Amino acid sequence: MFYRENGQFKTSYQADQQIFPIVQDRWFILALLLLAFVAVPLLATDYWFSAILIPFVIMAMAAIGVNVLVGYCGQISLGSGAFMAVGAYGAYNFFARVPDMPLIPALILGGLCATVFGVLFGLPSLRVRGLYLAVATLAAQFFADWMFLRIKWFTLDTPSGSVSVSNLQVFGLPIESDVSKYLFCLAVLCVVALMAKNLVRGAIGREWMAIRDMDVAAAVIGIRPMYAKLTAFAVSSFIIGMAGALWAFIYMGSWEPSAFSVNESFRLLFMVIIGGLGSIMGGFLGAAFIILLPIFLNQALPFVAGVVGIEISTTVVSHTELMIFGGLIVWFLIVEPHGLAKLWSIGKQKMRVWPFPY
Amino acid sequence: MKETKMKNPRWLLSALLGAALLSTTAPVLAQSKEQFIPILSYRTGPYAPNGTPWANGFVDYLKLVNSKGGINNVKIAYEECETGYDTARSVECYERLKSKNPSFVQTLSTGATFAITEKAPGDKIPVLTVGYGRSESADGAVFKWNFPIAGTYWVAADTIMQAIAKKEGGWDKLKGKKVGLVYHDSPFGKEPIPLLQERARNHGFELQLLPVTPPGVEQKATWLQVRQSKPDYVVLWGWGVMNSTAIKEAQATGYAREKMYGVWWAGAEQDVKDVADGAKGYNAVTIQHGAEPNADIVKTLLTQIHDKGQGTGPKEEVGQVLYLRGVMSAMIGIEGIRSAQERFGKGKVMTGEQVRWGLENLNLTQAKLDALGFKGVMRPISTSCMDHMGAAWTRIHTWDGKKWVFTSDWMQADDQILKPLVKATADKYAAEKKLTRRTGQDCQS
Repeated sequence: MFYRENGQFKTSYQADQQIFPIVQDRWFILALLLLAFVAVPLLATDYWFSAILIPFVIMAMAAIGVNVLVGYCGQISLGSGAFMAVGAYGAYNFFARVPDMPLIPALILGGLCATVFGVLFGLPSLRVRGLYLAVATLAAQFFADWMFLRIKWFTLDTPSGSVSVSNLQVFGLPIESDVSKYLFCLAVLCVVALMAKNLVRGAIGREWMAIRDMDVAAAVIGIRPMYAKLTAFAVSSFIIGMAGALWAFIYMGSWEPSAFSVNESFRLLFMVIIGGLGSIMGGFLGAAFIILLPIFLNQALPFVAGVVGIEISTTVVSHTELMIFGGLIVWFLIVEPHGLAKLWSIGKQKMRVWPFPY
Repeated sequence: MKETKMKNPRWLLSALLGAALLSTTAPVLAQSKEQFIPILSYRTGPYAPNGTPWANGFVDYLKLVNSKGGINNVKIAYEECETGYDTARSVECYERLKSKNPSFVQTLSTGATFAITEKAPGDKIPVLTVGYGRSESADGAVFKWNFPIAGTYWVAADTIMQAIAKKEGGWDKLKGKKVGLVYHDSPFGKEPIPLLQERARNHGFELQLLPVTPPGVEQKATWLQVRQSKPDYVVLWGWGVMNSTAIKEAQATGYAREKMYGVWWAGAEQDVKDVADGAKGYNAVTIQHGAEPNADIVKTLLTQIHDKGQGTGPKEEVGQVLYLRGVMSAMIGIEGIRSAQERFGKGKVMTGEQVRWGLENLNLTQAKLDALGFKGVMRPISTSCMDHMGAAWTRIHTWDGKKWVFTSDWMQADDQILKPLVKATADKYAAEKKLTRRTGQDCQS
């Protein structure tokens, strides 16, 4: 009743090709942006910013990056942690070595480092595909782990191998408080998400999807597999690299190579699979699921147990958390194999036909 | 679209997310008359065997203080947060417990200490790292909020080398020898390297670096290297499952356990008991205390807490090395709060800033330690504005197949080596962060 496009006539190609062709969607997104940029900073506490919102925003960005590669171009990658690491250490080296390096160019340069690295490790995708490619991209992960642990130059010869940044600022405004960190990450995320959305709607995105659906057929109709695959690797690792730099600079502040271990690669892949392959929305939903749910369970379990009147130890909590979390993943994948984004679109469809479903 | 099947998931999902939003917004505030102490611990994962006894000891000591009426009648409230020895999760725990006005924070993880060191000054929460963390943070003039009280990794490394030199019959005998460092490949494991390199330069021995990928369950390649290069001594810098694996591998390779020296995180019952006889002769440095089943504090904890059924963890662990490390860490924190109360008002709840002053002006004399039940377990600790470590006493203990026995007298790290290294590294940090050294005036505040 409220959510349907009846009567919204498109009179120009431009109107027909916009990201959100339905008026209600545009209002919804506007409201969401207002909520994220205005209401949340007014309402949320420090804990919410630093432990929940900032990691969520950054990981959502990384998940968008992974989705470009895995969801849109169909190249399964287990090297996302490595791309994050390269982005983080690349940005760090520019930031620490170049005097008076501003933050945003450092982040972009970090992303570019990851791009180069990603294209390099994307080369095997020209020959191998599917699970074999996943194994090949694991090499990127191990290579990055080795590189940042062993080559002291990247960590500025710090004896412990742990590096840190401070005095971050953007256009003279210090990025110190939790609110400013959150707003900064959110702004970067919005730009990146818009860019990604437009890329996947455009010619290049269609090439990626053609390659994903059937690469031989795509090649026959004139899509260059090498160009399409490598651009997907480039765009994806740029976004992941930026996210890695933000994760290191903004969220951690001080980090070591293990912050970007193979676990991170798996986590990102799960985010995309659970969130929904081939959907920008899926990146957000998947990140929310993987980041927020463990924290939520961790805090809700003692609370629930307290209501029932049992005191449970942190060990039980963390084991239960893992069990419930694992169970939920399996359950979601059985109920909706296409991810949370599919649930979202089913929900929208239901809204359209409500209250007279057919 | 068919109506029936998809209904539940969507509702459940929205209910879940809604509940998530609600539950985490409500901040839980500690009661105002209680001194809050957050405990970042890990009782799960590959480091749980070692993290658990430490946390048990820490909690038991807090219970003991509460059973005696608290610190000048201020009761202690505490909350554990499971980190799994994961830095990102530790940061989340820190942020979660930050809102409850913590007296101090301890992480039991060097990686997490690095991350929290960057956050603590802004939040005005002292970081207490008894026997771990950044070694250069002993320099209180640069690291205002860090307290590696009772010893840093450089103290451990230095005294291990002293013990080796003594065994060889003097520092000059080390010339041309080879010392292998088998270390956990993380900030924790890399900490001793600068000091060992300095010692190697001074005394002409060769330092061989043998990294082990965390968590360290797979060390075949490392020990193959040990077998090939035959170092005269092996220094083991491990934690969790890495330690017992290393000792098993040493046994399998036939490397003499007598020539192995562990850091104080690689010298507990948990590390050797699986190997028992195979670990016989293995040495480890101790941060003051070892396994002290007969200490007064252990007896008190047994009678006052465990016999009343309030003990945390198994009773047999009370008095073991890591349990006692937890007790000692808690005691130092509590005494920091007590010393803060002496200046800012007895019987009041101290803020993080006030506890910082207390930890900085800690003066644990032998008489005080004896009264607390640490007679024969610990030596005096006295911190100051410039020196946030307060003492550098260690001993060596050796596993005899059944228990740890002390095999050396008290040793002290060499200030001639330690001081310049601490200062130089701290200065480097200060320059990086554009900090200025604290002046005498700031020390009074």
